[in-house]
Amino acid sequence: MSDVPYMPQMPATADHSGARVEHEKSGLLGWVATVDHKRIGILYLLTSLVFFGVGGIEALLMRIQLARPNNSFLSPGAYNQIFTMHGTTMIFLVAMPALTGMANYLVPLMIGAKDVAFPRLNAFSFWLLAFGGLFLYFSFIAGGAPAAGWFSYAPLSEQPYSSTTGVDYYAIGLFVLGMGSIAAAINLIVTIAGFRAVGLTIRRLPLFVWMVLVTQVLILLALPALNASLSMLLIDRLMNGHFFVTDSGGSALLWQHFFWAFGHPEVYIVVLPAFGMISEVIPVFSRKVIYGYEFVAASTVAIAVLSFLVWAHHMFAVGLGHSIDVVFAIGSMLIAVPTGVKIFNWIATMWGGSIRFTTSMLFATGFLVMFTIGGLSGISFAAFPIDWQVTDTYYLVAHLHYVLFGGTVFAIFAGVYYWFPKISGRMFSERLGKIHFWLMLVGFNMTFMVQHFVGLIGMPRRVFTYPDLPGWAALNMTSTIGAVIMGMAVAIFLWNLMISLVAGEPAGNNPWHAWTLEWATTSPPPEHNFDLLPPIRSRRPLWDLAHPEDPDWKHGR
Amino acid sequence: MQTDSSLLRDSVLAQPISHLFLIVGIVMAAIFLLVTVLVLYVSFRYRDRAANQFPRQEFGRTSLEILWTVGPVLVLVFIFAATIHAMKGADPGFAINQQPDLVIVAHQWWWEARYVESGVIAANEIHLPVGKRLFVRLESADVIHDWWVPQLGRKMDAVPGHPNFLWLEADSPGFYSGTCAEYCGAEHAWMRIGVIAEAEPAFERWAQHQLELPSKVPTGSDAAQGSELFQQLTCGNCHAIAGTSAQGRIGPDLTHIGSRLTLAAGRFQNTPANLDRWLANPQAIKPDSHMPNFQLTDPQVRQLTAYLETLQ
Repeated sequence: MSDVPYMPQMPATADHSGARVEHEKSGLLGWVATVDHKRIGILYLLTSLVFFGVGGIEALLMRIQLARPNNSFLSPGAYNQIFTMHGTTMIFLVAMPALTGMANYLVPLMIGAKDVAFPRLNAFSFWLLAFGGLFLYFSFIAGGAPAAGWFSYAPLSEQPYSSTTGVDYYAIGLFVLGMGSIAAAINLIVTIAGFRAVGLTIRRLPLFVWMVLVTQVLILLALPALNASLSMLLIDRLMNGHFFVTDSGGSALLWQHFFWAFGHPEVYIVVLPAFGMISEVIPVFSRKVIYGYEFVAASTVAIAVLSFLVWAHHMFAVGLGHSIDVVFAIGSMLIAVPTGVKIFNWIATMWGGSIRFTTSMLFATGFLVMFTIGGLSGISFAAFPIDWQVTDTYYLVAHLHYVLFGGTVFAIFAGVYYWFPKISGRMFSERLGKIHFWLMLVGFNMTFMVQHFVGLIGMPRRVFTYPDLPGWAALNMTSTIGAVIMGMAVAIFLWNLMISLVAGEPAGNNPWHAWTLEWATTSPPPEHNFDLLPPIRSRRPLWDLAHPEDPDWKHGR
Repeated sequence: MQTDSSLLRDSVLAQPISHLFLIVGIVMAAIFLLVTVLVLYVSFRYRDRAANQFPRQEFGRTSLEILWTVGPVLVLVFIFAATIHAMKGADPGFAINQQPDLVIVAHQWWWEARYVESGVIAANEIHLPVGKRLFVRLESADVIHDWWVPQLGRKMDAVPGHPNFLWLEADSPGFYSGTCAEYCGAEHAWMRIGVIAEAEPAFERWAQHQLELPSKVPTGSDAAQGSELFQQLTCGNCHAIAGTSAQGRIGPDLTHIGSRLTLAAGRFQNTPANLDRWLANPQAIKPDSHMPNFQLTDPQVRQLTAYLETLQ
């Protein structure tokens, strides 16, 4: 960034990884053997993108099958494998790797570090992901993919009812992915705790880093619960165990408690880093500092704590009794409060700003409204008599997609459009980006808004077909057409990605005039990230450099 | 068959939930409008304003933070109160050791109903006397299923090894369509429920009829040959027909199959032609269902259909 006067300063990053003296190799071997957090981050992102394509094709296959009532495009067996793999893929092989990839690439840059704390462990985490994902997909040619749903409820997932090896591949595959996630979480926590540049106190951390930190704590506490239950499931299936086999005295509900003890924090594992990206994008494109930094950060911690106290809201229909339902309803309703605090702070950040509607900002703005819809329908589930009607219907499918697609995926697109210039050194085509956004917004709402209604008029989820009841056919056809539009939007994104990588305008160090440290180095950054760091006396070091007349540190931030 | 709906037509137990949904829906709509209007307002009002100079940097105001923390809390307290009210109305309590009037057992992929007092055993179509509240015990024979008839109120999981209880009441006569709402394997889609609510006398007549033994089929007819086939072909290992040696309880009781509206848990209408198709190859109609393809010849299918059609 030539216009920023660098102040010579002691290198803020001590050579922590002294063992790693060799330099990165070039060519394909360089990518396979890499321990550079940036390359590993890119590998995570590319893996996520590939599986996003696969999971998206699975979604389109389901929508084709559901376009008409009594359709026979897919057999029930095939449909059930595909919906199971769609959910499992999108959660474990798309959302988590995309967010871990972003964190891997950005966190060391944003905290002025040279790399993550344990570069080799970092590479190991990625390869666990790659091989875990391949292992899971190998099930298709090994006798059939799992068909017990991504939640794999016992006893359906047990040997008597799922006799192919699909569920074994599911359990071992997710176990491997879980190990990778836990290793990555430890790595990021240590990196953020111990490798921050001089002056970057915990209260000055960029909000994305804050939320990544909280997320990694969630991963560290939640994923072991999943791995323990997967082990128990495998003991049942392969060694005649009886944890969840009801015929021999096991408990079907025990699995649900274990699974959701992981599964609900998991929702926030794939949402909080998205919040973090939104918290970077909105201020920069509004040309205003984030409103209520402390409250945005603290509400993240509140959400994380509450996320461990609400698991049984996935179980309102299993017959736990009113008192338990009431307790979990309170916790679930409370989560709405810190989430609302975030939404209002983001809007307050835009208020009085000077907003540049780049593609990134469009996705962030779309996120605000789409995620609000998902959050509000979430409250209707916490009012649990409503859950007694609408859980396991298409109303829930709509809700979760507003949270995970309208929320997480929109935020990831906002983040990708925002950081692509840093990662590639080139600008995205804004024209194609805007077409991508608007097509996505229309297709997304067309697909999922109508699913609220088809659920309310009685359509359960996870059905491979449905009878021709009044209204069902038209609503489902609308949903399918919307899904095709979303497919077109993704195709435009991929095209944009390819042409921009080859022929995009050079980005320069800081095309958006952003304020965090990753923009203080070249695009793409050198292997060691920084030659020199600017002085860090506030949350926005590059703002302070560009605005010496009104630096943040004068306001005590 | 009319549309399923949790909103348009209610029984006395579904109504509290519809009301709650209306209340929560209005609150949700209001908040949604507030957020959307704010987002649109700032988007247009503050778009590319003063491109060359930076707007005033505001770091936040604690009073506003308190406002949008406490405001939602108050809204949630209101929703919580409405929730408790609806819970009591939609799912009334019951005494410990209260005996069920009706036991419903979910199977992959059909429903069995046993009326405790009369001893009637029905499948997939459940008859209720209008205006009378039945206490139901819900069980599962294999995996987790879920009882859901939207117009009659809450859904409830059928969990193996963990019986659940719920009240069932229809306050006007009619056909209520429902379905299994928990994913339960290959044919989850075709595990539909029909509830037929009728006035008490009609219900009593139905129950009486269900208890009658099937009449003897005239010898030498197709039906008589079908009856013999039924016994020879091990159909009775899974199915029961009262008054015969067929006493299987794996599949639906067929004593009065001819009186049902649909076949294979709502897969299609109960007509002789559809019964022919079903018997000829159940796996083509409902793949992976537990009814095997017996490779019957056309005359065998005809004879079995003729026999089953006599079981009115």
